[in-house]
Amino acid sequence: MKHPGMINKVYNVSDEIFNWSQDNFKRAADIIKKYPDSRQQSAVIPLLDLAQRQNSGWLSKTAIEKVAETLSMSYIRVLEVATFYSMFNLEPVGENFVQICRTTPCWLRGSDKLVEVAKEVSNTKLGEISDDKKFTIVEVECLGACCNAPMVQINDDYYEDLDEVSFKKLLTNLKQSKETIKGSQIGRQTSHPQREKNA
Amino acid sequence: MLREEDKIFKNLYGFDDWSLTGAKNRGIWSNTKEIIDKGSDFIVEEIKNSQLRGRGGAGFPAGLKWSFMPKDSGKPHYLVVNADESEPGTCKDREIMRNDPHLLLEGCLIAGFAMHANACYIYIRGEYYTEASNLQKAIDEAYENNLIGKNACGTNWNYDIYLHRGAGAYICGEETALLESLEGKKGQPRLKPPFPAGAGLYGCPTTVTNVETIAVAPTIIRRGAAWFSSLGRENNTGSKIFSISGHVNNPCNVEEEMGIGLKELIEKHAGGVIGGWDNLLAVIPGGASVPLLPKSICDTVKMDFDSLKEVQSGLGTAAVIVMNKSTDIVDAICRLSHFYKHESCGQCTPCREGTGWMFRMMEKMVKGSVQVNDIDKLLDVTKQIEGHTICALGDAAAWPIQGLMRHFRPEVERRIKEYQLGEVA
Repeated sequence: MKHPGMINKVYNVSDEIFNWSQDNFKRAADIIKKYPDSRQQSAVIPLLDLAQRQNSGWLSKTAIEKVAETLSMSYIRVLEVATFYSMFNLEPVGENFVQICRTTPCWLRGSDKLVEVAKEVSNTKLGEISDDKKFTIVEVECLGACCNAPMVQINDDYYEDLDEVSFKKLLTNLKQSKETIKGSQIGRQTSHPQREKNA
Repeated sequence: MLREEDKIFKNLYGFDDWSLTGAKNRGIWSNTKEIIDKGSDFIVEEIKNSQLRGRGGAGFPAGLKWSFMPKDSGKPHYLVVNADESEPGTCKDREIMRNDPHLLLEGCLIAGFAMHANACYIYIRGEYYTEASNLQKAIDEAYENNLIGKNACGTNWNYDIYLHRGAGAYICGEETALLESLEGKKGQPRLKPPFPAGAGLYGCPTTVTNVETIAVAPTIIRRGAAWFSSLGRENNTGSKIFSISGHVNNPCNVEEEMGIGLKELIEKHAGGVIGGWDNLLAVIPGGASVPLLPKSICDTVKMDFDSLKEVQSGLGTAAVIVMNKSTDIVDAICRLSHFYKHESCGQCTPCREGTGWMFRMMEKMVKGSVQVNDIDKLLDVTKQIEGHTICALGDAAAWPIQGLMRHFRPEVERRIKEYQLGEVA
């Protein structure tokens, strides 16, 4: 199962540079303030997340080095955090990072069919960027929305109560950079039992 | 069945406003100062008397856990809320955080005060973005209205709440791994002792506790321990959010009384099993880590800690995963084995190597391309892993397979024989 968040190699592009944007520099300072003095290492996960957001969804070697420098940590300590946690992508990803939940509760409700739909619409293999740079499709473990299975996470948002038809429509919309409806795709209010309910 | 007025989570589905205005209408933050003025001993005693057991999976008595915090250690004390909800099947804390975040925050203040803590970290799983953003807005509102911060609620108690987002690691739901992660390291569990109450976050006394446990605390204090313990039965008191997923007509989260029958729970709230109760094959009653139950047990079993323990399973996080007769039960468990292989942190050899081995073996079991005596070999390996690792992930990986073989061994044997016949032909 290929996933850019599960590799242990640093993807190296020689001419890249990473510097905090002005906004993110302020954000980083605010994040560090949440933790007691001399405990700024605690901010490593939030800062890596911030760097990843600034760097189009993945962490380059220089981004990791920047986080290390900001927190006065050694590079290896930051790298081991970046490789340990699956949300840090160490390779570039497409514009829409589609994570399809494959664990039992979603699988029971047909998540494997979603994988086929995703491969078809994006015309790519799992874990690779599509030719139009629109998609990276991966299978992931439980995302914790089991009562709204099957579901996928695309960038920050959850799309729930999917089936092949609604998922295909969703991906096609994303491919054409159209607006999408987040959350339940059958208009259900969160995890309320009534399935056809519009709040 | 739980009466409407006994429900603690009045905005579980988010029909109502989740912000401070809505929360105040639901009675949250109404007399927090009065509660705190009664003192920390009173709060801990009340929680003890309510017999509330931790809602994160292990079911440890909450009041007892809180009482382990030293009174005067000379160090800062911390309350850490475990919102790293990743147990397959479980999605209850998510609803609390996005639909009723103030319920959690008020609980944080009361529980934190009871533990002599001045700071609280809420460790939320990184994937929960909307949930984290609602919770952060609620924290900001609480600060603005002086409900937390300096002199929180006018009680002379200073209390800070910080939200910390994780980055996708199931193991960080284990309390010491969570603390490691919060300190900015890889989330690998620590050896105990020392227990967090002695040396936890930054080496200071810390209590790590589940979102739901904290969120029910204010209501218990308000309505009294006697009210809470009148629900459910001795040692399994109160109400609980059940997450019902899988092959049911209406998968949902629902708050119900502890000890409700599994069949009643599924039929009353989740619209029944797809294809009817007779189409039921098996149920995993408490999240991926607990052994499954075949239909014969599901017919009568009650949903509480002790009843499920009696049938060699567990309540865990009360995540009910329902599987009807269309399910390839071996593949269902195989997927869970893949989950544990993926989530093992790699610290202890039995778990790191064992979860991978068990998954590869389970993959073969799905097809039947093994020998019949390999089943015993697999069971033997599960026993070698169970209890031989620092944290319970090893146990959690072993139990689903043990449960499968306990109840569905003939099915696995049938596949093996069928495969062998196919080979001969």
